[in-house]
Amino acid sequence: METASLVKELTEARGPSGYEAEVRAVVRKRFEQYADEIRVDPMGNLVALRKGSQAGDTRVSLMLAGHMDEIALMVIQVEKGFLRVTQIGGFDARVLFGQEVVVHGTRELPGLVVSVPPHFTDPSEREKPVPLEKLFIDVGLPPEEVKAAVRVGDVVTLRGRWTPLAGGYAASKSMDDRAAVAVLVLCLEELSRRRHDWDVYAVATVQEEVGSVGAVSGAFSIRPTIAVAVDVTFGMQPGLSPAEAVKMDAGPCIALGPNFHPLIHDRLAATAKAMELPFQVEAIAGASGTDAWPIQVSREGVPCGLLSIPVRSMHTPVETVCLRDVERTAKLLTEFICRLEPGFAAALATPDALSAAAAPLPGSPS
Amino acid sequence: MHELIKKLAECFGPSGYESGVRELVRAEIPRGIETRVDAMGSLIAHKKGTGGGRRVMLAAHMDEIGVVVTHVDQRGFLRFGGVGGVRVLPLMGGRVRFANGTIGVIGLEKVEDASRIPPMEKFYIDVGARGPADCPVKVGDVACFHRVCETAGTRIVSKAMDDRIGCAVLLQVLKELEKSPHELYFVFTVQEEVGLRGATTTGYGVEPEIALAVDVTLTGDTPECAPMAVELGAGPAVKIKDGGMMAHVGVKDWLIRTAETAALPFQREVLTSGTTDACAIQTTRGGVPAGCVSVPARYVHMPSEMVDYGDVLGAVKLLTHALTAPIDIG
Amino acid sequence: MILQRLSEAHGVSGHEEEVRSIILEEIRGRVEECRVDAVGNLIARRKGTGGSTLRVLAAAHMDEVGLMITQVEDNGLLRFAKVGGIDDRVLPARAVLVGGKRVPGVIAIKPVHLTEKGEREKVIEWKQLTIDIGASGRAEAEKLVQRGDCVVFATEFRALAGPGSAWRTVQGKAFDDRAGCAILAELLKERFPFDLSAAFTVQEEVGLRGARVAAYAENPDAAIVLECTGANEVPAKQDVSPSTRIGLGPSITIRDNSFIADPRLVEHFSAVARAQGIPHQYKQPNIGGTDAGAIQRVREGVASIVLSVPARYIHSPAAIMELGDFENALRLAREALMRLPEALQA
Repeated sequence: METASLVKELTEARGPSGYEAEVRAVVRKRFEQYADEIRVDPMGNLVALRKGSQAGDTRVSLMLAGHMDEIALMVIQVEKGFLRVTQIGGFDARVLFGQEVVVHGTRELPGLVVSVPPHFTDPSEREKPVPLEKLFIDVGLPPEEVKAAVRVGDVVTLRGRWTPLAGGYAASKSMDDRAAVAVLVLCLEELSRRRHDWDVYAVATVQEEVGSVGAVSGAFSIRPTIAVAVDVTFGMQPGLSPAEAVKMDAGPCIALGPNFHPLIHDRLAATAKAMELPFQVEAIAGASGTDAWPIQVSREGVPCGLLSIPVRSMHTPVETVCLRDVERTAKLLTEFICRLEPGFAAALATPDALSAAAAPLPGSPS
Repeated sequence: MHELIKKLAECFGPSGYESGVRELVRAEIPRGIETRVDAMGSLIAHKKGTGGGRRVMLAAHMDEIGVVVTHVDQRGFLRFGGVGGVRVLPLMGGRVRFANGTIGVIGLEKVEDASRIPPMEKFYIDVGARGPADCPVKVGDVACFHRVCETAGTRIVSKAMDDRIGCAVLLQVLKELEKSPHELYFVFTVQEEVGLRGATTTGYGVEPEIALAVDVTLTGDTPECAPMAVELGAGPAVKIKDGGMMAHVGVKDWLIRTAETAALPFQREVLTSGTTDACAIQTTRGGVPAGCVSVPARYVHMPSEMVDYGDVLGAVKLLTHALTAPIDIG
Repeated sequence: MILQRLSEAHGVSGHEEEVRSIILEEIRGRVEECRVDAVGNLIARRKGTGGSTLRVLAAAHMDEVGLMITQVEDNGLLRFAKVGGIDDRVLPARAVLVGGKRVPGVIAIKPVHLTEKGEREKVIEWKQLTIDIGASGRAEAEKLVQRGDCVVFATEFRALAGPGSAWRTVQGKAFDDRAGCAILAELLKERFPFDLSAAFTVQEEVGLRGARVAAYAENPDAAIVLECTGANEVPAKQDVSPSTRIGLGPSITIRDNSFIADPRLVEHFSAVARAQGIPHQYKQPNIGGTDAGAIQRVREGVASIVLSVPARYIHSPAAIMELGDFENALRLAREALMRLPEALQA
């Protein structure tokens, strides 16, 4: 499968948080060929199950989560033919000014994000970015026609423009997190050619950008033994220090920190080393800002890992990724899954080596 | 509904102290409806369905914002903190009422910088005490804002319209709704104002397939206000998005279709900040498609919240229509 | 002494292993069942006398606030992030210990001689600070430490007030919440009317994470959280509340930013304290949050209360606690738990 065309298809699909129907259909077509079972849950998550070869009724399962929703805008008021908007998810309003958007009204309308033109502003105003409250969307139609075509609550997406760059890089809207959904597709495809013991639930989650709503619900229903989220992280670019960003084209990041089980981190890192696959380590001191955060505290707790694809200019229409990193992430995830032995689950729950000669715990079967 | 609204709105019930409101609500619930109170104090009333319908939870919160005493000083003045999102501007010179009936006046230290709004720590409450020994209240005691409920034309004004008006709407629906195919859980939640807490536990306990909150929303129809396409008197609002959640598309569409089919006035609501119990219920267990029917209100989280009586009746009508027929949320 | 060992143990949120081991050793002979769950909570069960079927959970958190190494620079200095809430102002010129090997380091700050006017009026943001472990470059540093290593303040436990003082004060790090852990470990020596679940939780400081999972699994009717809370007694001009004071006994929380205590439990603990002559105080409302915030809203809700030992300067390198308060907290917890079933009868 060609990575570039896969990522292009996924990033071009529209799917604002809460309105993922279009992208879900695209992902479903990609997932279902490799799934034993596929379903859409009450919140809209797409859940594809690949059964593993383990024997027995008590099965161990791994949940993979990559979110399919994207940040977007929503119409809050129609005023003299112009549209006032609010954010769905977190934008830097500075990137919106002058951008091309698509207004999803009774029909799709192309629009521009505008404000009072520079010629008509006070010079001191031009020194500050235009706040969201002063931005409007202009669809270039007479006010009565706008009123008929656009209503309060209509969603507005960024116009997707897939831009292949030199050196195997590409820019588009929604690399966050469609690049990760691409990883799930590539992983499922490869798993269909290989053998794995663990059941795999590949979940394209909804509404991550507005509070991981999909992940919270999905983890509760699926009750996985462990979970690995796939998301994006900050790729190095001017203005960022090595403490805040990771290298581009140096492989996926495996995260360390309170959100992640050390043994899952260790197993991912060991797998990458055995494959001689480049990878990086990301230390996250608290909330990871990904689906892994709520999944970890679902029900009685779920040991988690996180693989992150380096992306520059996150949460803008020109998120930039190195496609080799997408492929590496998929390869690592696949190999990790294929090497998971059923006993790995039990290994995660033992008391640490530090505790007195790992003597059996009171009440546990010895 | 004026009497019911007045009784509910004037009742004492800041977050954590909802028992008075709960008793009022319970007394209004028609006979034959089974009720229970959960571990946190929320009241759950179950109206059985005729069969073949969905399991639907409706939630309105009983608690209101208020203040809590944090310190009694040597001269009997009280320092306080907020219970829920208390706005500072309306405090000055206001009156509060404690559970034991004590009335207090809110005063302010001398103002150093007249151009800034003073922080809450600069205010105090005067209950007429001379020192800790004769002070009728103590640290930890809670007070609500002290205002009567009155009418202004077709509008009704009171403290605590948020969300006693929602409670009133739910009680009226319960009275007017004759038959429904759906299992309906009318839930009067606690502690919404301090973090949607009652909704979290009742959502888990009721385990609905669909949830609707009934709460207030803001309007965009007062002088130089933040832009919003909702106004008083134009009907109840169907929530599309607020500061905490995206309303489930199918739930939102179902409500809009119901209103359009029955030719009921309604508005589309996008609220940029603030949220409701629906936000907490939607992430309970395996997820619950959730939405909200809102009563537009001006001056929310201030001692005189204003709603339009027509909108209140409209909310009752919209809900009654929606719950009488089969539900399709796609 | 268990409190000293726990205070000196390293256990930044996400890396509570050392604390868990010490506690496990301490309680293993006292409980019938013990397990470590998926996020690292240590959960023990102590059978009761059979007098009550009430399900009760007692919780204290094992983790402390600290730092995490995010980057080893070419020059051998270490960049870090904060784990949990730490005031940036306590960081400069602080001695720390890095990682499992406890590598000593210091948080460097420019000498005052070289600062400019105006610079000294500004708080240095944590992002600008580095830890110096004395390595000459990246290679030497990476032999000793790595990204992800946790960092604690290098504070020793010591007694402050000597014999003859009305107070028995001690100084140390992480009394929040090793004091709570020590009390909970002691409580497990008792047999209550009901079976008691004791959860030594992880990751409270980064979002009450372990408590939520423990409460979901144990599914209690009632919960008591044993904590260490701030006492703010530095002299102030105004007549303001210190929140709590040391030397006046354990504090009962009526409400904080994370939860509102069940009024029946507040009344019960107050009544028991009065009846048993145990000094006690009430924490100033609306300050801070604890594991009770997570436990209370699990499943269909849990009646909850927080009992704390007051300490000055929590979340800083060294806190000060009074052992009389610590012992009275243990006493009040024990006596209140013994009589708990009657209190929740209604």
